[in-house]
Amino acid sequence: MAGRSIPFSPASPDSAPFWQAAGEGRLLLRRCEACKRVHWYPRPICPHCGGATAWEEASGRGTIYSHSVMRRAPEPYAIAYVRLEEGTTMMTNIVDCDFDAIHVGQPVRVVFVPRDGAPPMPMFTPEAAA
Amino acid sequence: MTVRGAACIVGAYEHPTRKAPDTSLAQLHAEVALGALADAGLTLRDVDGYFCAGDAPGLGPLSMVDYLNLRVRHVDSTDVGGSSYLLHVSHAAQAIAAGKCDIALITLAGRPRSEGVATGTTARAGNPAQPDVQWEYPYGPTIANMYAMCATRHMHEFGTTSEQLAWIKVAASHHAQHNPHAMLRDVVTVEDVVNSPLVAAPLHRLDCCVISDGGGALVVARPEIARSLKRPVVMLRGAGEAVKGQMGGDVDLTFTGARWSGPRAFAEAGVTPADIRYASIYDSFTITVLMQLEDLGFCEKGQGGRFVADGNLISGVGRLPFNTDGGGLCNNHPSNRGGMTKVIEAVRQLRGEAHPAVQVKDCALALAHGTGGSLGTRHGSATLILERM
Ligand SMILES: [Zn+2]
Repeated sequence: MAGRSIPFSPASPDSAPFWQAAGEGRLLLRRCEACKRVHWYPRPICPHCGGATAWEEASGRGTIYSHSVMRRAPEPYAIAYVRLEEGTTMMTNIVDCDFDAIHVGQPVRVVFVPRDGAPPMPMFTPEAAA
Repeated sequence: MTVRGAACIVGAYEHPTRKAPDTSLAQLHAEVALGALADAGLTLRDVDGYFCAGDAPGLGPLSMVDYLNLRVRHVDSTDVGGSSYLLHVSHAAQAIAAGKCDIALITLAGRPRSEGVATGTTARAGNPAQPDVQWEYPYGPTIANMYAMCATRHMHEFGTTSEQLAWIKVAASHHAQHNPHAMLRDVVTVEDVVNSPLVAAPLHRLDCCVISDGGGALVVARPEIARSLKRPVVMLRGAGEAVKGQMGGDVDLTFTGARWSGPRAFAEAGVTPADIRYASIYDSFTITVLMQLEDLGFCEKGQGGRFVADGNLISGVGRLPFNTDGGGLCNNHPSNRGGMTKVIEAVRQLRGEAHPAVQVKDCALALAHGTGGSLGTRHGSATLILERM
């Protein structure tokens, strides 16, 4: 992907498996062992009930909940919240598409975009464009 | 315990500067402190409680207490961004009711304009220990595009339009023309707003607030003290606060923390939105105002676009005069934190000291509401209901 350079941000001790999987092209999320609900962003303690959570692989499919194309930037980019098929919503970028055609409810799937000196970031692209 | 009637705002002061390259941050805090105390008819020696937020230099309240050489027996540096100062009024009233202080000073100041901060359009990493950073910062969340996502979703769910949002800026500009200190004093039209360049779609340049240096301060005191001073008495009648986040991934951008802080304040005050004669509504962006008006109960959820259209927020024209100083959208947004100026203009209205062109007649009951942080991710929310006695 050309364009915006993706800033680095350090991982936390509990997120290493996520970033390792991202390097292998797999999107992980965490599900609670007590209430069985998924959540975002991933954390070892369930934000819904306080239970312990465990990693699982996500389908990588979802729909756009909301979006905005940042025009006042050296390189315009599209930020979005994507509601994952599993039932939780993550912040992300929408890439490899016509920014003007991005819309709420649009089906998208995960792609992993490389960045310098860090594991790739999970981003999303319209299903139709895939 | 209730804060209803527990304390009064006896001093309020907005720094006239909008650009202060040669004044230190500490001096700005000190200047607004002196301004608010002079307004009240008090001195630094009278202050026994001090409140500030993250804009103050140094560790919490320590540097400014030392700089001003205050003799305090109560301090509070709760930081919920731009909503901090509304929350401080409530906390000061609680402290006064509990006997922990009698006269509380609250200050805000900042110099983002002189420091050249690209406030709304640059992603800020924050502290690496902040748990959301690794999951969000690389995607380039800025203040502008996160509020823009709220607007996108609101438009999708309720059919809100850019023209309706523009009416909020239009109303603010009608008020700002009468404020000699306002950064933007030209009256603008709906067309001006929607034809200004997109910053973060669907928000245009004129949907955004100004970036200004400056500050403001408040003095909150026990009612017996308020009555002994020579100023009109503005009593705190109700207060509410809330924090809203992403709710574990159940993200819902259609409402703000005002949905929670508003009803708490109204319940404590024993009044309803229909009783409010003037409202100061946090206005980092036009969408901020629209959503908060709905959540505070001034109109039904989803009807905000219709409510703000056709000048309904313009003093002397519409049903709910708002931000009669021009607000953050046109007047002043010191330190990128608009909560302080929201309270100050509400106090002016209740005292009958707003500009005559925008003064609300018989303004006995006003609301001030603030948001701090980002509506798109996590934010603090604080609502005050103030009454002229
Ligand atoms: Zn759980």
